[in-house]
Amino acid sequence: MTSHEPRDRQPQPRVSTRVNSGKAVLRRTGYVAFMAAVLAFFAVPMLWLASAPFDSDPGLGLHWPDWTLSNWTATFEHPYALGSLVNSVVLCVVATAVTTVLATLAAYALSRVRIPGRDALLYLLLLLSSVVTGTAAMVPIFVMMFQLGLINSQYATGLVLAGGILPAAIFILKDFIDSVPRSYEESARVFGASPAQVLLHVVLPVARPGIATILVWAFVQAWGNFLLPFLLLRDIDAQPAAVLLNTMKDEGGSANLTVIPVFSLLYAVPVVVLYLFVSKRYGFRFHGGIKA
Amino acid sequence: MVSAPPAAGEAARSRRAPGNRDSAGLGVAPAIGFLAPGLLLIGLFLIFPALWTIYIGLTNYTLTGATSVAPAFVGLGNFAEALNDALFGNALWLTLVYTIGSAVLGQNIVGFALAWVLRGARPALRRTIETFVLLSWILPTVVIAYLWIAVLDRDGGTLDLLLGSPGTAWLIEYPMASLIVFNTWHGTAFSMMLYSSALAAVPPSQLETARSVGASGWQTVRDVVFPHIRGHVLTNTLLISLWTANDFTPFLLTAGGPNHESELVPVFIYRQAISSGRLGYAAAISFLLLLVNLVVALVYLLLLRKRA
Repeated sequence: MTSHEPRDRQPQPRVSTRVNSGKAVLRRTGYVAFMAAVLAFFAVPMLWLASAPFDSDPGLGLHWPDWTLSNWTATFEHPYALGSLVNSVVLCVVATAVTTVLATLAAYALSRVRIPGRDALLYLLLLLSSVVTGTAAMVPIFVMMFQLGLINSQYATGLVLAGGILPAAIFILKDFIDSVPRSYEESARVFGASPAQVLLHVVLPVARPGIATILVWAFVQAWGNFLLPFLLLRDIDAQPAAVLLNTMKDEGGSANLTVIPVFSLLYAVPVVVLYLFVSKRYGFRFHGGIKA
Repeated sequence: MVSAPPAAGEAARSRRAPGNRDSAGLGVAPAIGFLAPGLLLIGLFLIFPALWTIYIGLTNYTLTGATSVAPAFVGLGNFAEALNDALFGNALWLTLVYTIGSAVLGQNIVGFALAWVLRGARPALRRTIETFVLLSWILPTVVIAYLWIAVLDRDGGTLDLLLGSPGTAWLIEYPMASLIVFNTWHGTAFSMMLYSSALAAVPPSQLETARSVGASGWQTVRDVVFPHIRGHVLTNTLLISLWTANDFTPFLLTAGGPNHESELVPVFIYRQAISSGRLGYAAAISFLLLLVNLVVALVYLLLLRKRA
């Protein structure tokens, strides 16, 4: 409402005051109603995640819970629940570590060294990151892993995930490193540092915010990805939380409604924590590039 | 392969003049060494699969049976079959409806409305709404699917409770409408953020002028704001349409059912490839999807270049 306040405070011709205040009330009411509707639309589905895990009779609908922690005991006793979270961590660590390290190396090289064909390569990366989606590539990736006997391999699945995240990661990080002044590196060179020393002790610390962004982003992508692990990890012992959670739906039965809400919450918490961390530290919006 | 590289396009736009100073003294050969592992992974898991789809799509390769061992080359047979496949036509049509309904209209309009209204909102309110909108975007899709199953379910789902109409199974009776509302909820964050940053670039003096001549909100948006953000609207629409057309999340809500009523192209590909084991046919359809993606992405890049 703040944007309208300055005008309301301005002296206005007497005649029109009544008309204007009527309009203002109408406008104000519409504004409040719109905000309430928006808030309800986005918040109501999420409230289930806060109520159902603690409800002694968890249903699918939203209602005030009869508080209990028994669902949590049931979830911890589920034969695969905790194991699948560990699997998610393994998958995510492989994908995130590979993405971050390879993207940092590639982005630095692309930012600082005039490699032949660099601009074409950058455009190709940008193109690839949006054209070859998981959906469009699921058949060949499945066939490739199937023929290589890598179905059910968590490491291989982690690498496939990394391959998908890398182009955009390189692109974003290259843009970030472009904005880091070269003078730091040049002064270090003047004082006799070797290229390796410059990279480790000058470039890496300066580029840390960009690298952290890529780290968080890659982690969230890999943590939430459903399609690739669903395709490539068919054995329940190897499946991450995303796949197990979806399987619980198909098993049906009311028994799982004690486990599903708690498990959803456990699985969602890392993403929420990372979001809060990033938005507090960097702010979560676009400012030209990823830099926020 | 992943959704929403944060503002990769924005990044492209702000790309600086290439600096030629190799400030760490790395040298071209080591630089190529730095680049190689990343490119190798991209080559293996993005470029090679994309090209291989073309080949698999020209065969009758299957998951099981004789043609799984010795697939035969069938030329354009799969594409000819797709033309006559009513289920594929159905999937194409539904994907079009889904993309236009939830991305071109839903996310675009809700995203812009939010960006426009939240500009002037109290910071606390703005932060609260933005947090919910962003969480609905970044929470794991499987969790999000459950949230919406809880809203739309027949047995005491939240929507039925709110409307006082127990027993309506929204996902079965109105699968496409449910998915469109769902995806508007799920994807609006990107448009909201993009339009927020675009609106920041509209000169405040022009908004002030519009206000002083008594223009209504709609007139201001149409005559003052829109000319400034026209390019953003176009690139935003292209990106969210591309992501929506490739979205696999509907599978988690309806699995394509009931009776193919919500079988979008991504779900169709999955069912053909894995459930029916017809890898060759599914690859041919994937290739068509790749082609559409390529065209959209090329238009997007062209627009970026023109603006730069």
